[in-house]
Amino acid sequence: MINKEAKLSKKIFQKDIEMIPTRQGYGEGLVAVGEKDERVVVLCADVTESTRSILFKERFPERFIEVGVAEQALATIAAGMANYGKIPFISSYAAFSPGRNWEQIRTTIALNDVPVKIAGAHAGISVGPDGATHQMLEDMALMRAMPNMTVIAPCDSLEAKKATVAAAKTEHPVYIRFAREKSPVFTTEDTPFKIGRAEVLWGPSTISGRHGDPLVAIVACGPLVYEALLAAKELEKKGIDVLVLNSHTLKPLDEQAIIRAAKTTGAVVTVEEHQITGGLGGAVAETLARNYPTPMEFVGMPDHFGESGAPDELLEKYGMKSKSIVEAVKRVIVKKEKNG
Amino acid sequence: MPKYTIEKLQKKANDIRKDIIKMLVAAGSGHSAGPLGTADIFTALYFAIMNHDPKNPFWEDRDRLILSNGHICPVRYATMAHAGYFPISELKTLRHLGTRLQGHPERLRLPGVETTSGPLGSGLAQASGYAYAARMDGKRFRVFCICSDGEHDEGNHWEAVFFAGKYNLSNLTVIVDRNNIQIDGHTEDVMPLEPLVDKYRAFNWTVIEVDGHNIEQIIDAVEQARAVYENPTVIIAHTIPGKGVSFMENLPEWHGKPPTAEEAKIALRELRTLGGKIKSEND
Repeated sequence: MINKEAKLSKKIFQKDIEMIPTRQGYGEGLVAVGEKDERVVVLCADVTESTRSILFKERFPERFIEVGVAEQALATIAAGMANYGKIPFISSYAAFSPGRNWEQIRTTIALNDVPVKIAGAHAGISVGPDGATHQMLEDMALMRAMPNMTVIAPCDSLEAKKATVAAAKTEHPVYIRFAREKSPVFTTEDTPFKIGRAEVLWGPSTISGRHGDPLVAIVACGPLVYEALLAAKELEKKGIDVLVLNSHTLKPLDEQAIIRAAKTTGAVVTVEEHQITGGLGGAVAETLARNYPTPMEFVGMPDHFGESGAPDELLEKYGMKSKSIVEAVKRVIVKKEKNG
Repeated sequence: MPKYTIEKLQKKANDIRKDIIKMLVAAGSGHSAGPLGTADIFTALYFAIMNHDPKNPFWEDRDRLILSNGHICPVRYATMAHAGYFPISELKTLRHLGTRLQGHPERLRLPGVETTSGPLGSGLAQASGYAYAARMDGKRFRVFCICSDGEHDEGNHWEAVFFAGKYNLSNLTVIVDRNNIQIDGHTEDVMPLEPLVDKYRAFNWTVIEVDGHNIEQIIDAVEQARAVYENPTVIIAHTIPGKGVSFMENLPEWHGKPPTAEEAKIALRELRTLGGKIKSEND
């Protein structure tokens, strides 16, 4: 059942649930932090409308800087501004930032440890018709490997706004990925959000850490958290209780919550709109291998590039919809029982 | 900063060159040509041009010097030590475990280096961001950026040339170490840069050319740049890589290696004999 402490939307499983892309939450978050902090500036690489940076540009034109289609300059100019004392947010598509400018981010932002906030829009396969070039599925792996970097994948537009506001408050670099496609707004203003803390959205509000029910922990991030919740609902009908953790922060990963969930269930499924290699699945597997080796299944992109298509068609084809999560849960239960 | 005569500045540059040789020998690795070639530029900046306070490296209104081609950091370290940022004796720790003087400079390790650099082509963009941000706040300090000629091969550099030109960053002064060499050979063979002056002019920059070993010319050029309010200025400083050590001058093979102990002895003897009287192109 839904964890009441998570204060999720009452409309969560209704047909008329609000659909808003997470990038919209970014734009709204920018305006919110712009009002609070004069030091906030926004730089964009010729994608002001689609990254929703336009909301900030309209409100604070004097603090908006257009750098042209030049993602390397985007990162390095922002590094200079942050070094001076500004808090720059840099907006582009994840395929290009951090895809194209990774080394510039590494040297001038992360190694310098200056507070540039990198917003990677159009992350994931749900970018759809634009095809593989624009469907960034490796960004979290790229950024997670980088010291001094925080990595966040918000689950809906409200959480995206909260993440943007929280990012502005840290004195260090942060990477946040956003999606192009509309997705259900299933959290509320009251849903807890803290960088580095995973929240239980489905299951008992306190996890005992004692073995028993629920049977499997689903650890998810980004808009696919909603698919994980749909899977949990479906499994409940079949008498299979699971936990769903929203692990929006990949780095620093909430290791304690994940270890606790693994100890409770003895089986883990990770869910992400990203390559299985190096993303959330990788992060969870590293943590569990070190602390509490647990049978796992991974839902995500199976070492493959995307292609053109409708977002839902693509998520279905590459096994990232709730149906695939249900199957992964069943597989991991079989694995667990074999081990047991 | 006390005022120095040109002659004293030349002597200072010579002392800095000697320390560069000593540091490189102690390190056993590192770059020789660029640091020796830019000793006069660094001396002019730290002892005659920049507003800075070695005892207060985070002074808010200091002029900023962004070194883009981080690999020539031995010259910056030696000049900073001579200016009083840290003891000259620390120079011998270059590239050793635990040192503040990393093989390529790091902002978080040594106060005063302003930024982390080494990967080429990213310094001008950082300097441009710095200058843009400072102008937003009405700050009066200048941002200086030293670049190599070879790093003009990098796209990131030209992205910043566009940017600084577009936004008329007149508080930004760039000095290009035009020494005509890079690792694989002469710049005009590896990837021709000429006509470099025309290229910058086409991007809405003011261009000044100087003899990079003539300290008076360097100081004058920066003074001219201060008077330009319309656009950023690039000072193309023609230098001789390895300047002051005859067997290193103009040879690309000295780009990325240190002298042996034996070679260093000869180099130091030459520099002692020169006593600061290096020949500039105009002599």
